[in-house]
Amino acid sequence: MTDAPDQTKRPVAAEQKQPSAFAMWLGIADNSFTRQKTVKFGDATAVNSGRLYSIITVVLLLFAWWFTTSQGWVKPIYWPSFEAVGARWTKLMDQGFRNVPLFEHVGISVYRVMAGVFFGALVGIPLGFAMGLSSIAKGLFDPIVEFMRPIPPLALIPLFILWLGIDETAKISLLFLAALFIMIIAARSGVSGVKISKVHAAYSLGASKFQVLKNVILPNALPEIFTGIRTAMGVCWGTVVAAELVAAEKGVGSMIMIAKNFLQTDTVVIGIIIIGIIGYGIEMIMRLLERWLIPWRGKG
Amino acid sequence: MDGADHNGLLVDDVSMVFTLPGGGSVHALKNVTLNLASGELMSVLGPSGCGKTTLLNIIAGFLAPTEGAVFLNHHQVKGPAAERGMVFQQGALFEWLNVRKNISFGPRMMGKPRKETNEKVEHLLNIVGLGDFGDKPVYQLSGGMQQRVALARCLANDPDVILMDEPLGALDALTREKMQGLVLKLWKETGKTIVLITHSVEEALFLGERLIVMAPRPGRIHREYHLPFAEQGLTISPREIKASPEFVEKREEILSMIWEMEEEIMGGAAK
Ligand SMILES: Nc1ncnc2c1ncn2[C@@H]1O[C@H](COP(=O)(O)OP(=O)(O)O)[C@@H](O)[C@H]1O
Ligand SMILES: [Mg+2]
Repeated sequence: MTDAPDQTKRPVAAEQKQPSAFAMWLGIADNSFTRQKTVKFGDATAVNSGRLYSIITVVLLLFAWWFTTSQGWVKPIYWPSFEAVGARWTKLMDQGFRNVPLFEHVGISVYRVMAGVFFGALVGIPLGFAMGLSSIAKGLFDPIVEFMRPIPPLALIPLFILWLGIDETAKISLLFLAALFIMIIAARSGVSGVKISKVHAAYSLGASKFQVLKNVILPNALPEIFTGIRTAMGVCWGTVVAAELVAAEKGVGSMIMIAKNFLQTDTVVIGIIIIGIIGYGIEMIMRLLERWLIPWRGKG
Repeated sequence: MDGADHNGLLVDDVSMVFTLPGGGSVHALKNVTLNLASGELMSVLGPSGCGKTTLLNIIAGFLAPTEGAVFLNHHQVKGPAAERGMVFQQGALFEWLNVRKNISFGPRMMGKPRKETNEKVEHLLNIVGLGDFGDKPVYQLSGGMQQRVALARCLANDPDVILMDEPLGALDALTREKMQGLVLKLWKETGKTIVLITHSVEEALFLGERLIVMAPRPGRIHREYHLPFAEQGLTISPREIKASPEFVEKREEILSMIWEMEEEIMGGAAK
């Protein structure tokens, strides 16, 4: 002690008060690493979750909903009360909507998206590969792809109704087309992105053209293909709802459109919430799958 | 020289002209002739842009020379093949495969018996000091370890010639020295013919039994050396060799030679 009297005066990190884990979870305190940074503004990694403020936002919104409706400031046909939504939810779960169970409305929308993306990928991936690997295929399909790329699938709905009517084929064909061009572009860019040294290495190791395609180009393009599938799912989910708004007897989109005609705003709101949750769920599942199936993503 | 009579690697009067898309052309190589006996280790030095990579790519069969030809053991090189293995600077491993699968890639593509391949892979893993890392994904390894995988992957195919384009260029100095020892050891144990491109004069001197210094514009062979250091490196410690008066003398000689070339290119601005 007497040897180093000023030791005790120096501030030691461990002596400083540590914020609790709960405070860090809430985002009102930084983690220990960020706390020691002196440059925080401009450092994106120094921005914490700010969860407390998210909670405040949600609580405020819910409160505003409850307060304005219970005070009768908003008419129920514009925005329903809490209780009305709750009651409608129970009823929908119980009796379905127009004699179709709620899960069937949701299920058929999800099914249409899955079918569209599935067939879009089935056709789009080989086409994209061909375009990335052969001048002939590139020349043949480039005008079509470049023409279709900027057209929102929604703009095709009228044409599809004219051609195929309003049955299942029309909707799945529309979604197929929406997914197709996304998948072609994703696969093509996955192929073009292969590092030439990997291709060279494979040929020098005795691989044939087909082996290079299967063992180098394909796995190398998988991350991009997966991003394509993820994007296609998102776009198709938006498209299916819009298509159902226009013409369908079942599906979440048709449910909210029909409900609107009956001025059942509570059902409309429930439909919108379901659409949001499913869209978010699809995105999350795809991200999980991606982390699991393609752990090498971005590591080449 | 008639390539068909030649055993070993022969680069026979190779010239390479790149025609640029906007018109004009680059004379990347001019009348390069090289003759490597089986089992020789040759290092190639030269200022950047002097055609080293182009030369290696022609030997590997990725590029066809504008003039001349390359022969290996009596036949002309027409394209890439398993007889000529490549080790690239970095990023040429297959990141979707683990270490073991990367190393066995060649034999698997060639349809070699599985049992034999597995034994070979285990053997190579031990030789390059990665015995415990076989199941690791390659992207979890350090740069030095990744290059050891690249060496092993190349050796798994038992090529006649190994072509290396700055294989240690991305490594830190210490790892690099260790890897030089490994290259030397592998060369002696396997008796492969090796062509090694490097930016480091020290590395070129230490590893090259033969050393060629190339000059730019057009890319050509400027000088050739026969060196004792690689042979010594098998018994004497690398540090000792690199500090020896003969080594230092050669190093300074070549460094000033390359300096002069660089000055010519930069028009004296390099001073
Ligand atoms: N594909 C190509 N097209 C046009 N010029 C090229 C091409 N490849 C290389 N070159 C030119 O040839 C010369 C030699 O290049 P390179 O062999 O990469 O040199 P080094 O490996 O010695 O740095 C350089 O001037 C380079 O710009
Ligand atoms: Mg180079």
